[in-house]
Amino acid sequence: MNLPASEVRSAPAAKERRIPKHLAEEWRGRTYVYLCVLIMIVTIFSIVYFIASRGLAPFISHGVSVSEMMFGLEWRPDGEPAVFGALPFLFGSFSTSLLAAVIAAPLGLCASLFMTEIMPKLGKTVLQPGIELLAGIPSVVYGFVGLSVIVPFLRDVFPGLGVGVLAGSLVLSIMILPTVTTVSTDALRSLPRGLKEGSMALGATRWQTISRIILPTLLPSLLTGVVLGIARAFGEALAVQMVIGNAPHIPHSLFESAATLTSIITLSMGNTTSGSLHNNALWSLALMLLLMTFVFVFVVRMLERRVKR
Amino acid sequence: MSHNAFYTKNLSVYYGEKQAVRKVSMEFPNREVVALIGPSGCGKSTFLRSLNRMNDLIPAARIEGEVWIGGDNICDPNTDVVRLRQRIGMVWQRANPFHKSIYENVAFGARYHGTRNRKELAALVEQCLRKTALWDEVKDRLHQSALALSGGQQQRLCIARSLAVRPSILLMDEPASALDPVSTAKIEELIAELKKDYSIVIVTHNMQQAARISDKTAFFFLGDLIEYDDTQKMFTNPTRKSTDDYISGRFG
Repeated sequence: MNLPASEVRSAPAAKERRIPKHLAEEWRGRTYVYLCVLIMIVTIFSIVYFIASRGLAPFISHGVSVSEMMFGLEWRPDGEPAVFGALPFLFGSFSTSLLAAVIAAPLGLCASLFMTEIMPKLGKTVLQPGIELLAGIPSVVYGFVGLSVIVPFLRDVFPGLGVGVLAGSLVLSIMILPTVTTVSTDALRSLPRGLKEGSMALGATRWQTISRIILPTLLPSLLTGVVLGIARAFGEALAVQMVIGNAPHIPHSLFESAATLTSIITLSMGNTTSGSLHNNALWSLALMLLLMTFVFVFVVRMLERRVKR
Repeated sequence: MSHNAFYTKNLSVYYGEKQAVRKVSMEFPNREVVALIGPSGCGKSTFLRSLNRMNDLIPAARIEGEVWIGGDNICDPNTDVVRLRQRIGMVWQRANPFHKSIYENVAFGARYHGTRNRKELAALVEQCLRKTALWDEVKDRLHQSALALSGGQQQRLCIARSLAVRPSILLMDEPASALDPVSTAKIEELIAELKKDYSIVIVTHNMQQAARISDKTAFFFLGDLIEYDDTQKMFTNPTRKSTDDYISGRFG
């Protein structure tokens, strides 16, 4: 670096026309890190640029209106004329991921309370590895399990074919359980010990301490976990596509087929040619996913700021 | 109640294999301040924490012996620790106000011990804040966050909070060691005031503080209770040489 001390030391070395070893190392290390960061930044911006340029094409060169895309109820890419209303997919994505979060949040929260407050030993040796295992299972396996277990079950118990919003939400809720649990466990572990002791010393029971002190104090961190879970559910394609039925309309019940932004992309992309309107319309859906990701990142940032306060 | 607020009999505390407190028997007089002194790691804080069973929260901790408070041996496994902790307040070195309003901090424990009526609760909160000399400083912002208070104010709030559950005994673990001299003086004044109504046990590293505020002093060393006597005697004419050495700063 440019510390005066190192300049003094490097002076005689310069006479020998050799760069001192520690400075060379410094330079190499910095170059290496800068290079990696540069590659990353270029990659991120090219991806965003690529998605945006393709995703905006239907609006710019094909005359599809933004409001048609956002609020249109019909998706007929092969029709005459072709219609691109993505509202059913938006609805499908939001309903499945929010419902998945509603199911996973209490489960994950209780799991992390169990691991940190109630039985840390059993939690650490059994529950935590189990939940980490859930995170490692590939999504196609989840979809397969959903298709072979959840869908037949729903078909037998409820009206309908089994495939649909509820099946998708159930599969997603298991998939996001690790995210929710891990983030809330970290939050619970970071709780200052004094708060818990302070409450217990006042004669509050464990449940009173958890519900009145621990959870309210950690609420922003816990919500962060839920939002990250929703973000993951929102972006999941394969497992959802396998169980949701993929009907491009807004479902009237939890047991009716639907489709999500991601599932329609994976289903249709093989049948389109690059540069065609249909293909570009799929990119528009991808752009919506990207924008939603920005929103999720923003929400998480806001929550983190509240945690620090 | 007798002259003694409570006493321990052969109280030992283990952390796993390590014995942190060795067979300590002590009597704590009613409405007096007892200071526990000794070098770090001598077991005084551990001893203090076993008086309201806070060591229960540490999985490896184990208690042997007896602590008698008002006719109950609280080391009995059947003890209702919730009731016990209502009778014994505790304050820590680091003020640990809840992330709630000032009012809610004080009202928190009281709600669980029968004071639910809103008027009663408000009166109790005011009374506790007055006792800790906080009322005039915070009465205009009772419903603002307690975290905005200064360190000394937070510590007095924590004392007020424990008074609100109407204990008869207060345990204090270095309550002023993280505070500036002015706040420390306020806490000491407060202790002198509180001993009219409460029996107080205070752990301190500050010899002058022990000499100033306590009626009796106990010197702990390596888990043993070395000497326990009137503060005046302990600081002027202790019986044991190690007590003298510690108090005069020759070790520890």
